[in-house]
Amino acid sequence: MSDQTHGYKVGEPIRDTKAPEGPIEDRWDKRRFSAKLVNPANKRKINVIVVGTGLAGGSAAATLGELGYKVKSFCYQDTPRRAHSIAAQGGINAAKNYRGDGDSVYRLFYDTVKGGDFRARESNVYRLAQVSVNIIDQAVAQGVPFAREYGGLLDTRSFGGAQVSRTFYARGQTGQQLLLGAYSALERQIAAGTVEMHTRHEMLDLVISDGRARGVIVRDMVTGEIETHLADAVVLATGGYGNVFFLSTNAKGCNTTAIWRAHQRGAMFANPCYTQIHPTCIPVSGDYQSKLTLMSESLRNDGRVWVPVAKGDTRKAADIPEEERDYYLERIYPAFGNLVPRDIASRAAKNVCDEGRGVGPGGLGVYLDFADAIARLGRDAVEKKYGNLFEMYERITGENPYEQPMRIYPAVHYTMGGLWVDYDLQSTIPGLFVVGEANFSDHGANRLGASALMQGLADGYFVLPTTVGDYLAGATKFGDVDPEAVEQARDAVQQKIDKLLSVNGTRTADSYHRELGKLMWDYCGMERTEESLRKALERIPELREEFWNNVKVPGDPEGLNQALERAGRVADFFDLAELMCIDALHRTESCGGHFRAESQDADGEALRDDENFAYVAAWEWGEDGPTLHKEVLDYEYVKMTQRSYK
Amino acid sequence: MAVTGAILVLFLLGHMAGNLKAFFGADAFNHYAEWLRTMGSPAVPYRVLLTVTEIVLVVAVVLHMWSAVSLARRAAQARPVKYAAKRKSQANGYATHTMRYGGVIILLFVIWHLLDMTFGAVNPKGFDAEPFDRLVAGFDPSRWWVTLFYVVAMIMVGLHLRHGLWSAFQTLGLAGGRSYGKLKATAALVSLVLVIGFLSVPVGVMIGVIK
Amino acid sequence: MNLTLKVWRQNGPSDEGRMVTYKVEDVSPDMSFLEMLDVLNERLILAGDDPIAFDHDCREGICGMCGMVINGVAHGEQRATTTCQLHMRHFADGAEITIEPWRAAPFPVVKDLVVDRSAFDRIIQAGGFISVPAGSAPDAHSVPVKKDDADAAFDAATCIGCGACVAACPNGSASLFTAAKITHLGLLPQGQPERDSRAKAMVEQMDLEGFGGCTNTGECTAVCPKGIPLDTIARMNADYLKASK
Ligand SMILES: Cc1cc2nc3c(=O)[nH]c(=O)nc-3n(C[C@H](O)[C@H](O)[C@H](O)COP(=O)(O)OP(=O)(O)OC[C@H]3O[C@@H](n4cnc5c(N)ncnc54)[C@H](O)[C@@H]3O)c2cc1C
Ligand code: HEM
Ligand code: SF4
Ligand code: FES
Repeated sequence: MSDQTHGYKVGEPIRDTKAPEGPIEDRWDKRRFSAKLVNPANKRKINVIVVGTGLAGGSAAATLGELGYKVKSFCYQDTPRRAHSIAAQGGINAAKNYRGDGDSVYRLFYDTVKGGDFRARESNVYRLAQVSVNIIDQAVAQGVPFAREYGGLLDTRSFGGAQVSRTFYARGQTGQQLLLGAYSALERQIAAGTVEMHTRHEMLDLVISDGRARGVIVRDMVTGEIETHLADAVVLATGGYGNVFFLSTNAKGCNTTAIWRAHQRGAMFANPCYTQIHPTCIPVSGDYQSKLTLMSESLRNDGRVWVPVAKGDTRKAADIPEEERDYYLERIYPAFGNLVPRDIASRAAKNVCDEGRGVGPGGLGVYLDFADAIARLGRDAVEKKYGNLFEMYERITGENPYEQPMRIYPAVHYTMGGLWVDYDLQSTIPGLFVVGEANFSDHGANRLGASALMQGLADGYFVLPTTVGDYLAGATKFGDVDPEAVEQARDAVQQKIDKLLSVNGTRTADSYHRELGKLMWDYCGMERTEESLRKALERIPELREEFWNNVKVPGDPEGLNQALERAGRVADFFDLAELMCIDALHRTESCGGHFRAESQDADGEALRDDENFAYVAAWEWGEDGPTLHKEVLDYEYVKMTQRSYK
Repeated sequence: MAVTGAILVLFLLGHMAGNLKAFFGADAFNHYAEWLRTMGSPAVPYRVLLTVTEIVLVVAVVLHMWSAVSLARRAAQARPVKYAAKRKSQANGYATHTMRYGGVIILLFVIWHLLDMTFGAVNPKGFDAEPFDRLVAGFDPSRWWVTLFYVVAMIMVGLHLRHGLWSAFQTLGLAGGRSYGKLKATAALVSLVLVIGFLSVPVGVMIGVIK
Repeated sequence: MNLTLKVWRQNGPSDEGRMVTYKVEDVSPDMSFLEMLDVLNERLILAGDDPIAFDHDCREGICGMCGMVINGVAHGEQRATTTCQLHMRHFADGAEITIEPWRAAPFPVVKDLVVDRSAFDRIIQAGGFISVPAGSAPDAHSVPVKKDDADAAFDAATCIGCGACVAACPNGSASLFTAAKITHLGLLPQGQPERDSRAKAMVEQMDLEGFGGCTNTGECTAVCPKGIPLDTIARMNADYLKASK
């Protein structure tokens, strides 16, 4: 089978995800019981590589070390504590029902499936909700200083997409505190000698021998040396790929290299086009902009979003009279007003800006106005609630949000897609496991706020350590790694580096990245059309070609060479961008973070096509274009419905 | 550092209290000087306790200086390459600047002070005079520069102690949580009392209240 | 705006290093400090020169990766701000800006403005944790924590491990960093069983790494982007003295 118009082939569907049968609440128990155990004496002889030290990788490496495996852990930063999980602000969900407000494992499961617009697996999501309660216990025992009430018990707040208060938080720094918990557990294992840490090491390829993932090729970013590390299993926890858009809320170093190289080695990539765009970020201020900063969504509780009624109105906000302002969210969505979900708020902002009514430099911004809140609650009350956010805003923009409205604009924030994994978090390559944002598993087409931290820690502390054991129980029979496989992977890495350094063209890697990012944002961003995606698919290969012939990467392969690191990442983003567009083009429905302008209802809302698209799109890499494998999604427990927020 | 410093502070408190006897006239002061030497008698022979105290003080000063020097050496080892830009203090530079230089000034002062008051070597009245006379002569208005030096040194002592005392509280782990502000105030208060106490005597001599 | 930068360039750990002067034109006041360096680096690359190496990642003041001494002040003169959050509008047009790496023997220079801060990891390895294997934790509500303690622990826990405290300390001491972790864990009930051994081991490791001794100058708190308070050091000393008895 093939689909010429879209440039891909269609392969065999994926039938088995390895989820146990039976009542959904028993499945994880069943799997835990059926998983083979590894004899403690053998564990010491079994090597596991974990790439990434964020919530997923950090917790996984620490737990595997604790269990007695010999673990090697890698990250590109100078210490594991700086993984991008550190930047998560809002909180982490858990079905503790400490409030007695009717929460339960089932409700968290239900909300997540619905929030994901019915594109996630029921079994996985149910397990996530079950395990969520243990995460909070674990974190508290590690000393994570969650917010507490005067009675000494944990405080929670409510978050988008949920009617119960189940989000645990540590001021605006929940990700930081959780990561430091995982980091300290990891450091404890390093001290104990069970984990060997390799910081400032970037994974550049995967070693496959006899069909199994058996190691990684990394570059020591300080010396430039290419190293081989072999093991009995490899875990990738390398985070999301939002930086394909150049501008995003991700850290500068976030990349797709590790998962992309694994993809090229045979791991399927699922739902690459599902991208989450966050509505409240600080807008771009100039073409030197290097990243975007998220402003907590909570601001929408009291701020009113508006733009001028007239196009091209350049008056100062204060000079625009009330009747010439368009509070468009309140106008279009009277029931939810300023509190509509992320994707809807983002798209609405884009629409008004496209109409030429945007504010600020380049017309890419909308106002988030606190004047009414200040008049109603008083400046002090507003300061108490949002003081630190206002300060952050002022630091970056130099504008005082107490006196003039904030300017906000949507920005790429999270990628729901990632390497395809089964119920055991194993990819289509035996022995290659993928956890955290790097896999596609639990959020369907849209992730609810505060659920990524939950998933990362569920994967790393609880799920992976069980399922990887089942695989490793057979490790004694894996045999030696084929030296040729190692040689071949090393050569591929070396060649790529040499090539990048030898082009010696006239443009920097960053300038190509910027251009690619803009292209993706314009054609495969908040709103996608067949036309825009086809344009992107035409332009990306041209730009990639130009990149490989005209990029300028200074310096040598030895020693610290940050320009080389960047160029390597940009090269992989080109390939990924193409697959994202193919995926977005093939999925002619709208769902969650994927909005196809062709598929909307009379009110302009996303219209799913369950008949034809209730599946996971898993892409297999091929020299001459990708092959699509469909994993059909069955909903036994949650009834599929259309979302409405009017 | 904290322990030796504390010994020195205790000494200073006692010393200041003694000095204030000068306001009660020559007899009271001379009597105090004499008492220092006959402390504990008859159980303990003449001057033994004073000598012990002096030895403790000397040892404390030496150890204190030794600690200061080794701290400075550790600091130098911890930063072998210096900053090219002048490092601007962000904590008003007070502690860093006054402790070491101030400490040295204080040491110089102490030496001179001993030569002046204890051994009388640089005192107009010489070694054999009564302590009170040495005191009054030492601070005679005609020797205004002596008094000036004394005043400067005392202010240095005050500054040294304001940080030193509080720093000692920190070092001894007393300054956690709520007590933080209070201890900082205590350090400042003690320093202020000491400075005023010590300065009152020469000022008294200058303006003729003590004669 | 136009600026003159004097930047520390050092090719590698064994290179001597020197200050090099660059002119940067057309800087926008809305740029962040790192974006200004990005612009300079783009020009250097196109001119065939080696761009200036500096560490950074999140660029929103939370990962702790960035850090340089700007005009003699760690993270620059704006208070409670990491280098990545510093913006050019705080500099005057025509200004001359010196940029140097963190200077401390335990933080050797890797290249230009990049230093090796792994000493901090080793201090944490010595005891900056609570030993609790995954899955063994009791219910989170089984031990209530006083709100005040939880809040104070949180304040100390916000340390981002940037190392500005060491860079600013005239003694090159790592006390504020170490004390922040000891205070965070020492204030929580969960941290009590290992409290003494933790303080002792971490302080000893800190000394072993070659950091200087603390004389409570307060320079660390003043530059700390998270405002970690100085009384954490008193807590550390108290715990250490108690453990050493
Ligand atoms: C600004 C912001 C706010 C957020 N707020 C929330 C929130 O409130 N609640 C919530 O639930 N989620 C939130 N998220 C999402 C969430 O933080 C992330 O999805 C999650 O932390 C990802 O964790 P991770 O462990 O998968 O990856 P990361 O934390 O990104 O870690 C990736 C790791 O992989 C390493 N790595 C990457 N590539 C390589 C390579 N090639 N070689 C070697 N190592 C490599 C890195 O060094 C790093 O250690 C937020 C995200 C952002 C950007
Ligand atoms: C040679 C002369 C002196 C030098 C070089 C000197 C130097 C120093 C230094 C460098 C400190 C360290 C600051 C710190 O730890 O925060 C210090 C502390 C201190 N000094 Fe001095 N000093 C001298 C004399 C004195 C004298 C004469 C006294 C008192 C009479 C004194 C009392 C103290 C006290 C109480 C401390 C605080 C101890 C602590 O920090 O734990 N010093 N001194
Ligand atoms: S204490 Fe402050 S300055 Fe020191 S490492 Fe932590 S955050 Fe940075
Ligand atoms: S780059 Fe992360 S704190 Fe500055």
